[in-house]
Amino acid sequence: MGEKLLMKGNEAIAEAAIRSGCKLFFGYPITPQTELAEYMAKQMPKRGGLSLQAESEVAAINMVLGAASTGARVITSSSSPGISLKSEGISYIIGSDLPCVIVNVQRGGPGLGGIQPAQSDYNQATKALGHGDGHAIVLAPNSVQEIATLVGEAFDLADIYRMPCMILADGALGQMMEPVDFEAKPAREIPEKDWACCGHGGKRVHNIVNSLYIEPDELEKIVVERFERYKKIEENEVKYEEYLTEDADIILVAYGITSRIAKTAVRNARKKGIKAGLFRPITLYPFPEKQLNALADKAKCFLSVEMNMGQMVNDIKLAIECKKKVYHYGRTGGMIPSPEEILQKIEEYAGGNA
Amino acid sequence: MNSLFELATEKVTIISGPYGSGKTNIAVNLAMDIAKNGEICRIADLDIVNPYFRSADNAKMLKEIGVHTMIPEFANTNVDIPSLPPDYQLLFTGDGKSVADVGGDADGAAVLGLSHDDYVEAGYKMYFVYNRYRYVTVRHEDALEVLKAIERASGLTFHGIINNSNLGEETTEEVVLKAIPYAEEFAKLANIPLLLTTIPDWLDIEGAVKIKDVTKKLF
Repeated sequence: MGEKLLMKGNEAIAEAAIRSGCKLFFGYPITPQTELAEYMAKQMPKRGGLSLQAESEVAAINMVLGAASTGARVITSSSSPGISLKSEGISYIIGSDLPCVIVNVQRGGPGLGGIQPAQSDYNQATKALGHGDGHAIVLAPNSVQEIATLVGEAFDLADIYRMPCMILADGALGQMMEPVDFEAKPAREIPEKDWACCGHGGKRVHNIVNSLYIEPDELEKIVVERFERYKKIEENEVKYEEYLTEDADIILVAYGITSRIAKTAVRNARKKGIKAGLFRPITLYPFPEKQLNALADKAKCFLSVEMNMGQMVNDIKLAIECKKKVYHYGRTGGMIPSPEEILQKIEEYAGGNA
Repeated sequence: MNSLFELATEKVTIISGPYGSGKTNIAVNLAMDIAKNGEICRIADLDIVNPYFRSADNAKMLKEIGVHTMIPEFANTNVDIPSLPPDYQLLFTGDGKSVADVGGDADGAAVLGLSHDDYVEAGYKMYFVYNRYRYVTVRHEDALEVLKAIERASGLTFHGIINNSNLGEETTEEVVLKAIPYAEEFAKLANIPLLLTTIPDWLDIEGAVKIKDVTKKLF
């Protein structure tokens, strides 16, 4: 255990990345993510790394593609509109089987939207970060402390499965200040990067990083193989947290900052004698389907709480095979739900007679 | 010093220091203290850098206790440009005493430089809020760099240090006591006096000044 110090979420993402051996940051400023880029600009040169403000998000993500091809640990960050711009590059990275970490400190959308916190990029992150068949692993920390461990985990997962891993945060988490201890996270075994284009020295055949395939049957084979890898991820890498779900009649499902608000609402509901619980997916892809499904045998209903119009609801319904009713409560456009608002919904639905 | 109120000896009290040192908390508590002592008080949110968690969050509460608030028209909206309160000249010309909550680096302090002569003419005291537990300024040399950068950008000088060392909700007596020697050391290095140590109001430590946590609570 190290000493606890206060950090903004954005700063903690940057610091955790540097501590994970990441020496390269390519980005472009956007509120509410900018402290991350600023931290990188200040720290990377002092710590043997490089931080570069690209001319655009499109340029930044393609720099990530190039750097990742050499086997280096590399990160980029942005907020919602900027992630949309990166979309093509992310697809190329998925198609090239390259590891990297992408950070989205979400703000209100669609369009230019606003600068206040939101979770309305859930579907984009979990379903279609880029065109084509493919996935990125998506991690949703809910505290500055959890950022410290999950950013390192994101780099490990990216390297192990050779694919991009996204840290899906939001403006509130990025801007808020909490104590954090960068204790060593459990080390994972990282396979050797024998695919990297880092100079063959005349000792081996040169490696090629590419996402273009001339023959469609060859591309199909590659994509199918990639999905075999996704299956392994779905089996082995699911992360979640449960709070008072054991005997719960109503189970709230919430991730990121909203899970903290939902937890307060659950606690207050318990004080009123309502058996409420909280299920918090930490990995949004892979989604904790089996665990939710098991809970559906006991609970009477589910309440999805998000800062969007209900993007996770269908994932919960699929996970529990529609065995129970799934309600939604959310605020959007940069508005944050209050514990009181959520408690009101818990009281409304807790009867489970829907 | 035994209270924040004793800091407000001049027309304008400027609360500055690194981001996350607790400036807004100190500034709002100081304004509350001035009002409680029966003086007319106005507070200006001059933070042109942070998009959220700022003095403006407390506008309603401050108005209720009689503190005049000057907040940028676009604070907590989606207008992502630095802007000042339209009436911020009242800092110098208004009745009673003023508190300025200023963003904590050279960019944030540019706002002060803009009105340098007004501060000098009205009379000011500027205080540096120190938090031993802030990651980015945990080394004295980094904190000192911020202090010097604010002085350079503003053309104003710091008159003292407020030791607000805290770990948010995890602040304990031990956390506070451990930080005091660091604050003393930093004050010596910066060559300005350490005026007081502030603590959250749930603690009881002799000689320390209790302040309310006015940070916006999400959960």
